[in-house]
Amino acid sequence: MIAAAAPSPLPAALKEAAVAAVVALALAIPMVGFYTVDEGGSLVAKTRFDWVAIAVAAVFAGRLALALWPPAWRLKPRREPAHVAVDGRFTLMKFFGAAAVTVAVVLPFLPFTDRYIIDVATTVLIYVMLGWGLNIVVGLAGLLDLGYVAFYAVGAYSFALLARNFGLNFWECLPLAGIFAALFGVLLGFPVLRLRGDYLAIVTLGFGEMIRIVLVNWQSFTGGPNGLTSIPRPSFFGLPFTRTPEAGETAFHEFFGLEFSSYHRLAFLYFVILVLALITNAFTLRIRRLPVGRAWEALREDEIACRALGINPTNTKLTAFAIGAMFGGFAGSFFAARQGFISPESFTFIESALILAVVVLGGMGSQIGIVFAAILLVVLPEIAREFAELRMVLFGAAMIGIMVWRPHGLLSRRDPSILLPLPKATGAS
Amino acid sequence: MLNLQGVHTFYGPIEALRGVTLDVAKGEIVTLIGANGAGKSTLLMTICGRPRAAEGSIRFDGEDITREETFSIIRRGIAQAPEGRRIFARLTVFENLQIGATVADPGHFASDIEKVFTLFPILRKRRDQRGGTLSGGEQQMLSIGRALMGRPRLLLLDEPSLGLAPMIVKQIFAAIAEINRAQGLTVLLVEQNAYHALRLAHRGYVMQTGRIVLSGSGAELLANPEVRAAYLEGGVHA
Ligand SMILES: Nc1ncnc2c1ncn2[C@@H]1O[C@H](COP(=O)(O)OP(=O)(O)OP(=O)(O)O)[C@@H](O)[C@H]1O
Ligand SMILES: [Mg+2]
Repeated sequence: MIAAAAPSPLPAALKEAAVAAVVALALAIPMVGFYTVDEGGSLVAKTRFDWVAIAVAAVFAGRLALALWPPAWRLKPRREPAHVAVDGRFTLMKFFGAAAVTVAVVLPFLPFTDRYIIDVATTVLIYVMLGWGLNIVVGLAGLLDLGYVAFYAVGAYSFALLARNFGLNFWECLPLAGIFAALFGVLLGFPVLRLRGDYLAIVTLGFGEMIRIVLVNWQSFTGGPNGLTSIPRPSFFGLPFTRTPEAGETAFHEFFGLEFSSYHRLAFLYFVILVLALITNAFTLRIRRLPVGRAWEALREDEIACRALGINPTNTKLTAFAIGAMFGGFAGSFFAARQGFISPESFTFIESALILAVVVLGGMGSQIGIVFAAILLVVLPEIAREFAELRMVLFGAAMIGIMVWRPHGLLSRRDPSILLPLPKATGAS
Repeated sequence: MLNLQGVHTFYGPIEALRGVTLDVAKGEIVTLIGANGAGKSTLLMTICGRPRAAEGSIRFDGEDITREETFSIIRRGIAQAPEGRRIFARLTVFENLQIGATVADPGHFASDIEKVFTLFPILRKRRDQRGGTLSGGEQQMLSIGRALMGRPRLLLLDEPSLGLAPMIVKQIFAAIAEINRAQGLTVLLVEQNAYHALRLAHRGYVMQTGRIVLSGSGAELLANPEVRAAYLEGGVHA
């Protein structure tokens, strides 16, 4: 739509803007034009067509401005550099990565870091981890999955149910939750093996909803819409984070001779998710260099060529679904342990969309891009919180802005999985 | 080595192969020529099991592979450089070659890639370049090199000269002759460039609307008036 080429001439731009305005009108009448008020116990629908007029005018003006925007001001479509070895940004990205890890490690010890900052940072890291997990499926294997939240839910409920019913602790549950989620990944993978693109997206979306609906309706097992409460909190290698530990137990602060502070537990949780996320990243970087990871990327590029080279697409896709799901399951367990309470409301489609947005905004396959995108998508709504009602509007506007200015994501580049030292100049040449 | 007996292949209602019988002996270069749409690419794909032959049998080394999965056919030692090259565009040349080696024993990787780089020296220079940014000729070389990385005993090539300058075509044909001579690799070559292909090949088949209509040694077919009229006129090569 935002063609990078010539600027539209005025009549064409006007026409484009008019079309956009008509669409806006059609959407705005039901969405903005009517509202209900409570009048003496009964709901009454009222109209506010002045709002509709404002919305339509805004869309018209905005669209016109975009169409007439001088092409010189537009971002040039960015190309991936052909020759990756001479690409200085490769080392720059490594530097960025190292810097980001350092900041993440020292963050809880910085003087200005309070409970709120640690809490937001933990949420960011959950999305980073989910983004990295989904990136295996979407970014590497090229399988568009709109139901990723299902695995997040499986992980969360696995932990909650195992902990409540069998008294297992967080660390015992973590691998089990990962395995359960991976099994669900395979379960989803089988029926969608032959699907690609749009069709795959629709089926995965349905799968995500199915899981949620099961969670809502299977009252006796999952607690239904009320969810599960009093999920045990993880302890520090057996040392609980309580002010007054039960008899026979030593609390974290007692063991280390510290003043009790609820901040300890938050910082600990922060480090747990940091480590989990870093494991996800290390795993992804490593597996890209192994035959199975290379097969994922090859499958994304060209399935027919893959078959002609002896790759088994069935197994390749299933491993991508399973491993992506496994990391979603880990993140889900952590989420349950952190919240202490889960319900199906945390696992709606909007969550899948948000995780996918992290991957797409990050630039499909860029590990560090996903970090930036997660920070943006978590922190932006936090900042916009002050604007109360307009919060989601600002959020939407920011998303549109990013897609206009950076249509391929924040950092859309694929780093080679392997770079050998430059060949030595041979005497012959 | 490869033996097709009365193979029929369908795309829905379209019968693309109408009973193809063809042989390739060990160590041979066999070429398959024919007009557009004759079914040459379909034949190569059918050998690899996709689309699957509806009737007839395909045997490789005496074993029936007609019903086998593509990936396991490839594992038997058949490699294909498919029509349109199908390079992994965002992956580097080196990574493309690594994926080509999927079915090979990893122990051979270093020496195999060295062989490919010796055969096509330009690929060594382009090693870290993304496949999609290579020139057409370089992509073709990469496609052949990638197929060779799987250590095949039978190499299927689909129009390796398509869209290439005469110099590059010569280079690629020389490379095919070289691997056939030095490594004894068997080659089944589909070509529009009938003159060069028939000169290179030991034997050739001519295909028309899904059937083999002529066969013989390269020299015989080159001398055949029908072949000359249909595939060589207008472009008499020196
Ligand atoms: N996927 C497909 N679906 C339906 N029909 C197909 C398909 N692929 C090929 N065909 C048809 O099968 C016939 C043979 O096609 P094929 O690609 O094998 O020809 P070819 O001899 O390789 O031609 P060219 O020299 O142009 O590459 C054609 O009529 C073509 O239209
Ligand atoms: Mg063809």
